[in-house]
Amino acid sequence: MPFTLTVNGKATTVDVPGDMPLLWVLRDVLNLKGTKFGCGIAQCGACTVHMSGRAVRSCQTPVSKVGNAAITTIEGLSENGTHALQRAWQELDVPQCGYCQSGQIMSAAALLATTPKPTDAQIDTAMNGNLCRCGTYVRIRAAIKLAANGPVRETQTASARGAAE
Amino acid sequence: MTKMPVTRRSFIKITALAGGGMVVAVNMDDLFAQGRAGGPGGPGGPQAMAFVKFTPDGKVTIIGKNPEVGQGVKTELPMIIAEELDVDWSSVVVEQADADQARYGQQLAAGSFTTPQNYTPMRQIGAAVRQTILAAAAARWSVPATELTTASGKVMHAASKRSATYGELGAEAAKMPVPALNTVPLKDPKDFKIIGKPTRGVDTPAVVTGKPIFSIDFTLPGMLHAVYQKAPVFGAKVASANLDEIKKMSGVKDAFVLEGGTDLTALLPGVAIVADSWYQANQARKQLKVTWADHPTKAQSTVGFQTKADELGKAALATPQGAPPQGATGWRKDGDVAAALAQPGVKTVEANYMYPFIPHAPLEPQNCAAQLKDGKLELWAPTQMPGPALGVAAGAAGVQQNAIVLHIMKTGGGFGRRLTNDFVAEAAAIAKQMSPTPIKLLWTREDDMTHEFYRPAGYHYMRGGVDAKGKLIAWRNHHVTFGPPSGPQRYAGFSNINGSTEFPARFVQNYEFGDSIVGSLGVPVGALRAPGSNAFSFVFQSFLDELAHAAGRDPMEFKLDVLANPAYPAPQGGAGFNAERMIGVMKLVAEKSGWGKKLPKGTAMGVAFQFSHQGYFAEVAQVTVDSQKRIKVDKVWVAGDIGSQVINPTHAENLVQGGVVDGISHMFQEITIVDGAAVQTNFNQNPLIRMSQAPPVEAHWVKSNNPPTGLGEPSLPPVLPAVANAIFAATGTRVRSMPLTKHGFRWA
Repeated sequence: MPFTLTVNGKATTVDVPGDMPLLWVLRDVLNLKGTKFGCGIAQCGACTVHMSGRAVRSCQTPVSKVGNAAITTIEGLSENGTHALQRAWQELDVPQCGYCQSGQIMSAAALLATTPKPTDAQIDTAMNGNLCRCGTYVRIRAAIKLAANGPVRETQTASARGAAE
Repeated sequence: MTKMPVTRRSFIKITALAGGGMVVAVNMDDLFAQGRAGGPGGPGGPQAMAFVKFTPDGKVTIIGKNPEVGQGVKTELPMIIAEELDVDWSSVVVEQADADQARYGQQLAAGSFTTPQNYTPMRQIGAAVRQTILAAAAARWSVPATELTTASGKVMHAASKRSATYGELGAEAAKMPVPALNTVPLKDPKDFKIIGKPTRGVDTPAVVTGKPIFSIDFTLPGMLHAVYQKAPVFGAKVASANLDEIKKMSGVKDAFVLEGGTDLTALLPGVAIVADSWYQANQARKQLKVTWADHPTKAQSTVGFQTKADELGKAALATPQGAPPQGATGWRKDGDVAAALAQPGVKTVEANYMYPFIPHAPLEPQNCAAQLKDGKLELWAPTQMPGPALGVAAGAAGVQQNAIVLHIMKTGGGFGRRLTNDFVAEAAAIAKQMSPTPIKLLWTREDDMTHEFYRPAGYHYMRGGVDAKGKLIAWRNHHVTFGPPSGPQRYAGFSNINGSTEFPARFVQNYEFGDSIVGSLGVPVGALRAPGSNAFSFVFQSFLDELAHAAGRDPMEFKLDVLANPAYPAPQGGAGFNAERMIGVMKLVAEKSGWGKKLPKGTAMGVAFQFSHQGYFAEVAQVTVDSQKRIKVDKVWVAGDIGSQVINPTHAENLVQGGVVDGISHMFQEITIVDGAAVQTNFNQNPLIRMSQAPPVEAHWVKSNNPPTGLGEPSLPPVLPAVANAIFAATGTRVRSMPLTKHGFRWA
């Protein structure tokens, strides 16, 4: 059945079953491949998108439940990858395999939107739904702080900072 | 000195591009003799392929020849070539190579081999091209090449103030003789401008903006989507399935049984469903009813393995170690453990250790696109081992290997799972059935977790002793694993580890190392990141810690003392364990962690070291455990020695941090086998480490005068015993099996 979705600021109509998860609508109907499939049961966070600004797991969000809520995916987070988090992720060269990182960035962006200067405990709470199988958590945390607070001065990121050169 | 005449088949060939620029084709035949069937000049003969391209826009395109799984090789190998070429890194564009080992030499992401195998050859290629271009400039300007310098992809002649870009010299370079790769002079490392400098991953900008760069993102026009249902018991055949019902479901184009074989690493029996979209295929699968045939391994279980292992282990320890059974390798016997332990004043420690089956669980589920058309099979595969993928795909699709083109896709993690190409075989077999329509197979997480190539469980029966002075005098390990001796445990990379080399072999007067076989295993097992070491390190470095405490000595001091006092000389000519290098990283990690400082009650440090994949790593973990047995790993300090050069320091630090975090994650995981099948199906049942649980990790390097070695693996193993040893120091509870939840521990 037809659903009109607002994805990355653009209204678009899709004709799909109502119980089809938003993840597969985004990936395979709208060809927005940045949102990833990892577990299908909202355990890994690779499929994280924003629904009305809140981070949701699109693999467990039936398209019929989206309604008029504005959907933002990694592709629509910023023009040309200029969101403070996307820049911080590049400056610290966070990714290893990179597969989880769009979900990580979307969770972090929802956090910073409501909590511009998050504490470590707030980062833990907001990011605990996103698995990174490569274990880049140290850099993800540093990149969130870099985006929130500007340049960090910690030994852990000393060699990473040079990556932006 | 006379030089042996050697057939030199490696060469480079330069071709000018119309409009300026040039293509450098490289034949790597004997640069990579090891990776070739038949060695240098083996089947296929020398084949040159375009490797470096200079275009008129000033860009330099370099081929990344090995699979990228997060280890950073797509950035690292081109960095090495660019260094010797003397071009700016900002002008470099990297392209991923297809699978073609006849041309590229060994292409794999495994064993931390990439750096040691490629460091010198990549430098030689870059240097030979640069030297040829220098010769072209010298000829053009009629000046000696010694008066020329290069920088940023340009040749300069200072005296006459002339300069030319490499691309502009392409037409002349194409006519110059090219130096032999094995004798071309290389840069002095002190002049390096790219190697050793933090360099951002070439794919990072695409990753953070969600570009469709992963294998799972790949599509073809008209492509159909497939799911594949296999039996819970590995390799069981399809007795019957409701295919007619499935074929009527929305979007389903076909549903069929694949016969499959018995090789757990290739095509196994199952039911394929092919539909217009993956969602439809997977929805149809929910209605699939399959009756599976009986299978001989359906009675196997974790409990059964443990019971049998205990019998074998206890029986083995009841008598002194005898001669190795037929086919067993890696046994060792030095001195007499029983006699040493019988001496007066000797303290004996006995302990049984166990580690469970665990999965690799790369975050991108297995997938593969395939099209069989006009007798040609084309594959788009996220594989760590493209060469063997051709073999299993050929078998599954009924084509010759030379009729296959395999595109190496960017993978969402590997960790060893994608060394096995079962999913490639499945895609090839489905493509054969659907020929000429292209298909894409995608697994669910449940498919992946229940059809893994698990790190095999293992059981160790340990006995050791310290004398009245607190010196380590005896060590016995009886390892119970799965057979046959040449079979699964060897396949899983455990052949890296054996009694003749594994520390403390050689460093204790009385040492016995043997093994027993539980029986043939119906559970697929495979190499998991740092295979062998990821399991043994926990056992051996924990037991060493037990002996330190039995001796009443500080574990750091005790371990350094054992390292400093070999009981037997190192084997001649081997590139084996070098205790001096390990002492170096142990001293550095002691200093950086502040080992020995006073810590609050419930907080303590543990130390461990491991020689793994040619890397020397010592790690200290600081752990806090509260009265409810809630664990927090406060911090981990790492000291590593991977030779004289850390090629990309930013990615190296990232890999060390990731290896440590991954190792801690192992301590909370277990796949249990019941009725011949895996019980855990997803991350809710086999939890991976999360943000709040991952500690800060500080990485430090000893730059030793040794060739650079790899970093995909060696930082992982020692963190497990470091954490276990810290838990003991903090609580008095010795953890001898995993997961930690078995002992009542949980994350704080």
